[in-house]
Amino acid sequence: MKVLVAVKRVVDYNVKVRPKSDGTGVDLNNVKMAINPFCEIAIEEAVRLKEKGVVTEIVAVSIGAKVCQEQIRTALALGADRGILVETDVEVQPLAIAKLLKAVVDKEEPKMVILGKQAIDGDNNQTGQMLAALTGMSQGTFASEVVVEGDSVTVTREVDSGSQVVKLALPAVVTTDLRLNEPRYASLPNIMKAKKKPLDTMTPEELGVEVAPRVTTLKVEPPAERQAGIKVADVAELVDKLKNEAKVI
Amino acid sequence: MSILILAEHDNASIKGATLNTVAAAKAIGGDITVLVAGEACGAAAEAAAKIEGVSKVLVADNAAYGHQLAENVSLLVAELGKDYGYILAPATTNGKNTLPRAAALLDVAQISEIISVESADTFKRPIYAGNVIATVQSSDAIKVITVRTTAFDAVAAEGGSASVEAVASAHDAGKSSYVREEVAKSDRPELTAAGIVVSGGRGMQNGDNFAMLYSLADKLGAAVGASRAAVDAGFVPNDMQVGQTGKIVAPGLYIAVGISGAIQHLAGMKDSKVIVAINKDEDAPIFQVADYGLVADLFDAVPELDSSL
Repeated sequence: MKVLVAVKRVVDYNVKVRPKSDGTGVDLNNVKMAINPFCEIAIEEAVRLKEKGVVTEIVAVSIGAKVCQEQIRTALALGADRGILVETDVEVQPLAIAKLLKAVVDKEEPKMVILGKQAIDGDNNQTGQMLAALTGMSQGTFASEVVVEGDSVTVTREVDSGSQVVKLALPAVVTTDLRLNEPRYASLPNIMKAKKKPLDTMTPEELGVEVAPRVTTLKVEPPAERQAGIKVADVAELVDKLKNEAKVI
Repeated sequence: MSILILAEHDNASIKGATLNTVAAAKAIGGDITVLVAGEACGAAAEAAAKIEGVSKVLVADNAAYGHQLAENVSLLVAELGKDYGYILAPATTNGKNTLPRAAALLDVAQISEIISVESADTFKRPIYAGNVIATVQSSDAIKVITVRTTAFDAVAAEGGSASVEAVASAHDAGKSSYVREEVAKSDRPELTAAGIVVSGGRGMQNGDNFAMLYSLADKLGAAVGASRAAVDAGFVPNDMQVGQTGKIVAPGLYIAVGISGAIQHLAGMKDSKVIVAINKDEDAPIFQVADYGLVADLFDAVPELDSSL
C-alpha cells in the first residue's frame, strides 16, 4: 500500500529562539533549520512498514517555500521514494495545510497518511486531525505503536490516563508521538541517491485551495522570566525554607 | 456570545480540567453550555450542572461516544457547535484529539492551548515550547479553542444549577473502534491536579529507584512525574511525562530530582509556584528556574529529605 508522509521545515530542535525586538515575529535569521522531530518519526515509521513489506511506496510531502525541498530531500534520504512540494510563500496555517494535504491525498489516494503530532514551532497539534476530518478518514493520534492488518490499522495511543488502543478502518491518518520509534540517520550513499529521486512541485492555486490565514499574530514576546532562587546548603536548610519561608509543606 | 464547552469526564464524574475550561469561558464572557458526550454518563452530566457559571448542560448519552472516539464526537460537536460563537475544550489528549477535527468540519481554525483571553477575539498562547508567547486574533465566526488548564484557576465544582437537556443525535462514523485501555492505577493524586509534584529524571538511573520518589510523594501527598529522558529510557510509563509534549503542570510545589532542565521539560512545569531542584550538577539549567536548589547526590538527599518530613 501507498503511504503519504508530511514533513515540516522548522527551527532545529536545539536552537533557542527569541522574539524580534519589535515583537513582529521570531528571529529566524541565520538559524539552523531541520525536519520537525515528530515528522522524522513519521518517516521512520513509514520506512519500517516498507521494510516489513506492508508498505510499497512512500511519498513525502512538504508545504512552504522553495527551501522546504531540503527537508523533502532528507526524507528521501531516509527512505521515502518520491517527494511533493506544495510551494507557497504565504504563512500556511493548520487548516490550510490540511486542505492542501487533502488535495494531495485526493490525487495520490494513499491508504495511510502519517504526520507528526505537532510541529515544534507552532505547537498546534491540529493538522492530522483536520486532515482526517476533511478526508473522512479515521484517526490514530499520538501513536506509540502502529500495526497494519488487512484493511485496518491498530494504533496504540499515548493518552493522559496511560495508553489507549483503537482499531481504525483504512484509509487512516496516524500522528506520531515520541516513543513510536527512534529515527535512523541518513547514510551518505542514501543522501546521494536521494538527489536523484523524483520531486514534484505544485502550488495551492493548481490544487484549487484557498490558503489565506484565519488567525493573525498581533505580536510575539518572551514569556515572563522566572527569577532564579537560592542554593541551599543541605537537606535541613531545604526543609526549613519550604516550611517557614515558602510555607508549602 | 454563547460558548459550548466539551467536558472532560469519565462518565461517572467531571474532571478538573473542565473547571479550568469554564474559567476560560468566563473570561471570554457569555452564556456557557457544557456538552457531556459519553455512555451512561448521567452522573457526569449531573455533576456538570452544579459547576459554577454553567447555564445549560447537554447530555449525549450513546454507545458511540463511550470511549470519546474523535471520529464520532467531532461530528456531534460540529453539529451542536454551529449555533455557538465559541467551542472550548481543555488541552488534554482528549480535547486535542477531538477539537481540531470538529473545527475542520466547521471550516474554522483552532487556536491551541490559550493561556489568556485578551478580548473577544484575541488570545495569548505559547509557541516554540513556551519560549515565545504569541498574541493571536481570530477572524472566524466560530472560535474553536483549546485551553491550557494550568493558566486558568478552576471555578467551583459546586454552587451552580444548570438545566440538563438530552441530545438525541447519535453519530457513529463507523470508522474506528475502541480495543482497550491501559490505565495507570495509582492512589496518588492526578499529576495535573496535584498540589505537589515530585518528578524524576535521567539521574534516577532506573525505574526501581523511583520507589524513593513514591515514598517521598506519599509523605507529601504528592503526584509523581518524570522527564522525557526518564520516560524514553523506559524507567516509567508515558503518562508520567511532564513537558512540552507530555503533561503541563503548575502545582504549588514542584520537586525536580535528577532532572537537568531541558527546554521541553521546563515548558511543562515552569509555572509552578515553588520549584525545588536536586541535582549533583551545579550547572544544570534546572537551577536557573528553581527557587531552592540543592547541589547534592540525589541518592543521599532524597532519603534524607524523606526521613526529615
